[in-house]
Amino acid sequence: MSVLLIAEHNNKELKPFTLNASTAASQIDSDVHAVIIGNNCDEAAKALSELPLIKKVIQVEAAHYENFVAENFAPVIVKLAENYSHIISSANTFGKNLMPRIAAALDTSQISDIIKVVAPDTFLRPIYAGNAFATVKSKDAKKCVTIRPTSFDPCESSGGSAPIEKADPGEEFAKTKFIKREEVKSDRPELGTARVVVSGGRGMQSGDNFKLITSLADKLNAAIGASRAAVDAGYISNDHQVGQTGKVVVPDLYIAVGISGAIQHLAGMKESKVIVAINKDGEAPIFSVADYGLEADLFEAVPQFLEELNKLNTIQK
Amino acid sequence: MKILVAVKRVIDYNVQIRVKEDNTGVVTDNVKMSTNPPDDNAIEEAVKIKEAGKATEVIAVSIGEEKAQETVRKALAVGADRGILVKTEGIIEPLAVSKLLQKIVEKEKPDLVFMGKQAIDDDCNQTGQMLSALLNWPQATFASKIEIKDDKLEVTREIDEGLETIEINVPAIVTCDLRLNEPRYASLPNIMKAKKKPIEQLNASDLGVDITPRIEQVKVEEPPKRKAGIKVSSVAELVQKLKNEAKVI
Repeated sequence: MSVLLIAEHNNKELKPFTLNASTAASQIDSDVHAVIIGNNCDEAAKALSELPLIKKVIQVEAAHYENFVAENFAPVIVKLAENYSHIISSANTFGKNLMPRIAAALDTSQISDIIKVVAPDTFLRPIYAGNAFATVKSKDAKKCVTIRPTSFDPCESSGGSAPIEKADPGEEFAKTKFIKREEVKSDRPELGTARVVVSGGRGMQSGDNFKLITSLADKLNAAIGASRAAVDAGYISNDHQVGQTGKVVVPDLYIAVGISGAIQHLAGMKESKVIVAINKDGEAPIFSVADYGLEADLFEAVPQFLEELNKLNTIQK
Repeated sequence: MKILVAVKRVIDYNVQIRVKEDNTGVVTDNVKMSTNPPDDNAIEEAVKIKEAGKATEVIAVSIGEEKAQETVRKALAVGADRGILVKTEGIIEPLAVSKLLQKIVEKEKPDLVFMGKQAIDDDCNQTGQMLSALLNWPQATFASKIEIKDDKLEVTREIDEGLETIEINVPAIVTCDLRLNEPRYASLPNIMKAKKKPIEQLNASDLGVDITPRIEQVKVEEPPKRKAGIKVSSVAELVQKLKNEAKVI
């Protein structure tokens, strides 16, 4: 039977992780259908139909789907589920919020946050903040699976022309009302997909000092990350948190500045290709995962880092 | 208003996890256990609401082995009024937990159910959402702020893009983020008092729920180790290495 992918979008565009989830879905079965639920989301549905991996798009629209409320989305997918063996979405806050609601309604034991498809019923997933990897096999007839986006490459985004079918919307769930979303707009690369991430921790000592991180990120065209300690202390907003309960990032280069490296933080970044740690405590656990460790006062090292990068740019020019 | 709070006993967040040699799981013998951290936030929030005069009773419930009684007792020590322990053996999946909680909800008829957004052992992030689906109640996941407005709750949720605010009607489920509040420590007198608070003990079978696992744990392994890195002596050396050796800048 086919696989049903739940597309994530903002009614205009697909969210980038939909491409990673498509790749994961296609590794389970080549017959991947995608459902897009939204309001006036024709553009996003068209973009979805152009993914070569997608064989059919199901578009469901109504005003009450404008803001992606899980209580409205879940019944639509539960109804479609009878034709599918697997329901797939990303294990980001969108999928985490939605998928268990679907799984419970289908009486299925969900498998969360997989990093590998071993077989159509068997998956690899990290547990204990990535300190152990579990291979798990689902015995349910229907499988609800969320995938860790950074563990799967994004699929091609053009060249396909899947048919778009419309399906009837469900009723509105009146007991939950969307009020507002406060998105932090930025011209920087997105944290989840950036090639370079510069992160600050408690060692930054204040929100004001985070401008050192910002300058370094500007120079490297990087996204800005943070440890939970820095977010809790109010130095920076929650959408920057990297770790077990924040975002998982796998950039080519991760620079941890003033981050001690609690296991909960390492869970979100230790798969990065190259890790740099700058910390004045030589015993900090972050050095155990760093490819290049610099034991130094960040307030001296980061300005020097900027200077060296400037020199480099001058030479390259 | 009555608030039910679900708490889970897990390996303490500071413990270095070790995988068992036979690959059947992780070592739990002689390992420090604690309340799942965001469940502490859930209890704290419920107790604060009661202290503000907006709730009449806070009930702590845990599902797990006999020793999970300690986790319930800790919730009582920080202000929950009474406890419930549903005894089970072995791995209990979130779907089974949510079905057991559904039975407790049907019996206790709380107005709100709070719990942590995720357990730090299996990292599933499912139980609250599943319970709300089974009850057909509204759900507010990853909550970092809760305001009670008569029979409604205004909840700020932490999402990947930033913050989202929703309004949900009571009865409802809220799963709590670590930033929701600062959990208090239990004082010694309150720990003593908690010993006199009642904990009702039930067996999962008393509740008529099939909790047989649907997922076979094939094996549990150590994650691949990162190869050891080097310490550099200066920023200049670091930049040279990043450019010429790692070729990432």
